[in-house]
Amino acid sequence: MTERKPGQRDASELPIWKSVETKYMEEREATLRALGKLDRRSFLRVSAAAMGAAVAAGVGINPHSFTTVNVAYAQPQSEALGAAKKPEPAGFKFAYISDSHLYKRELNDRFIRSLLRAVDDVNALDPQPDFVLYGGDLAQLGQKEELELGAQILKNLKAPMRIMVGEHDWYLDMGARWRELFGEPTYSFDHKGVHFVTLNSVVEEDFWTAQGLTPMERMQTVAGLDNGKQRPFTVGAEQREWLKKDLAAVPKTTPIIVFSHSPLYKLYKQWNFWTDDAEDVQAILKPFKTVTVIHGHTHQLLTNRIGNISFHGMLSTAWPWPYAPEGLPAMTIQMNRPDPFNSMDGCGDGELLVHPDGLADKLYKLWNRNPVTVSKAYMTSNGKKDLPIKPNAGSY
Amino acid sequence: MKIARAFLLLASVAGVLGCGERPAEQATEPSEQAAAPPQAGETEVKLCDNHTTTTVPAGTVHTRDTGQKIADSLMAKWKAAHPEQDWEAEERKSRTFLPAADNAALIGTETPTQAPGHPYRNFTQQDIDSWKRETETFAVAGSKVFHSADELGSTIAVSCDMCHPNAANTHAETYPKFQTQLGRVALLRDMINWCLEHPVRAKPMDADDPRMRAMEAYIISQRAGATLAYGKH
Repeated sequence: MTERKPGQRDASELPIWKSVETKYMEEREATLRALGKLDRRSFLRVSAAAMGAAVAAGVGINPHSFTTVNVAYAQPQSEALGAAKKPEPAGFKFAYISDSHLYKRELNDRFIRSLLRAVDDVNALDPQPDFVLYGGDLAQLGQKEELELGAQILKNLKAPMRIMVGEHDWYLDMGARWRELFGEPTYSFDHKGVHFVTLNSVVEEDFWTAQGLTPMERMQTVAGLDNGKQRPFTVGAEQREWLKKDLAAVPKTTPIIVFSHSPLYKLYKQWNFWTDDAEDVQAILKPFKTVTVIHGHTHQLLTNRIGNISFHGMLSTAWPWPYAPEGLPAMTIQMNRPDPFNSMDGCGDGELLVHPDGLADKLYKLWNRNPVTVSKAYMTSNGKKDLPIKPNAGSY
Repeated sequence: MKIARAFLLLASVAGVLGCGERPAEQATEPSEQAAAPPQAGETEVKLCDNHTTTTVPAGTVHTRDTGQKIADSLMAKWKAAHPEQDWEAEERKSRTFLPAADNAALIGTETPTQAPGHPYRNFTQQDIDSWKRETETFAVAGSKVFHSADELGSTIAVSCDMCHPNAANTHAETYPKFQTQLGRVALLRDMINWCLEHPVRAKPMDADDPRMRAMEAYIISQRAGATLAYGKH
């Protein structure tokens, strides 16, 4: 177990609910631990049993090779069972699910199963979060069937849902079906003293007319991260004006939380980890004392702080992106390089704990690993206090 | 049937755009583009592929403009029948590529091991250019496969770039290495095949499958400049 820093929460403080996968990983860890303590006779007995179980489970094992396995750091049984439930901290929580990239069911059901897993995760939270944020890219190619399937699955959430739009939802029919299902993509609301703003940050200049692209070609161009035929994302003048008006009546001391699909700063243009008018949007947010931006699109643990604004990325349920080769914010402590041998590694969902002062702790619930918290203390100390766990296998 | 004088001119225009690339077996198939036999006074003009034709009405005035229209009509038909002909230019526009190494220093260099008069004794600009062009084209072909779920044969519409934009996190320079999850030493192509079978849900490819070879070329080209570190984890 990694040393826990004061103020950092771990799995034991979360409600006790275990997925089939978690139980499996715990059993595996218990077996491996036990192996270390055994004499030769018992070792053979236990390993034969484990091998039998693996074969029964359909896991391919080469009996002639020494194969090490990656053990997820599941919480120890004693801690999980013995810990008394701690009182809920002040403030409120909302959960998030993001970037599910659903295809039609006949074509690809892996991403559907991942979204279902996230919905199960969130529904199992006790107490329930005040609401669930869906972070955009519900569909892979903006098709009616994909969006409808996503809407149908998200209806299973017990808590109310807030949703933002991603480029994969938008560029087939320019948001027509998405708006029918979910309403306008730009809106604001107040919740327990915090002013929430949701923006459509994936507005691209028309590149398709000149190239004579069909709607599907346009969609596929935007869907490719390393496709250089498209334009950078923007919030755009119209929404910036709307934002100014929306915030005009909000006192500068009111905490602001912004939802945008792309990060509202400039990270790596080549992959559109980028919002081209980010500085203009940041200028509008600057007068406010406490601002937090929650974004999707980057499919990874990503942290940034510019002035008074904290930026947090969200995990994807579909696949993790590699870290950009340049431009990574100094505040970001990378998550471990995903294991390609586990299709759900590097994916997950998470929560935000909004404190009474409006500052937030960002919780990344990686499905295969220990959860990681990026706390408000880490953000406000500009990375000096309460550091999240460092990876032992960064990207290269 | 009268053969138009424009034929030779058209042939030279079309020659650059892939005449002769049409597979042989198609030549015997009935032509989809074959128009009705020309009526009296009409002239059938055939492209140098000996396949694509257009008909010039009787009494057409012989001007440069009408000639150009005939040429354009033939080329439009040919392009419509060969939508893939611009694949390399299209792929280059969509993706970013790193240049292959510059061998200009070899131009005019005597190669002492080769006898005088040997074609590879003195390298010319043309040699250098063609090496570079061919090598880069190979990588561009690999990019096309890498980015296409269909070419990969994915049954679930997943392509390599969905986890590896610009071949990021493929770290081609670290192979061969002991892949603990496979329990043996793996080459880059073993990992490509692993990905094909699992996240991509496609059939693994033979080591000499043209798609596999091209993908290796693309992945390695995207890692240009990385230090070779075989065995690195």
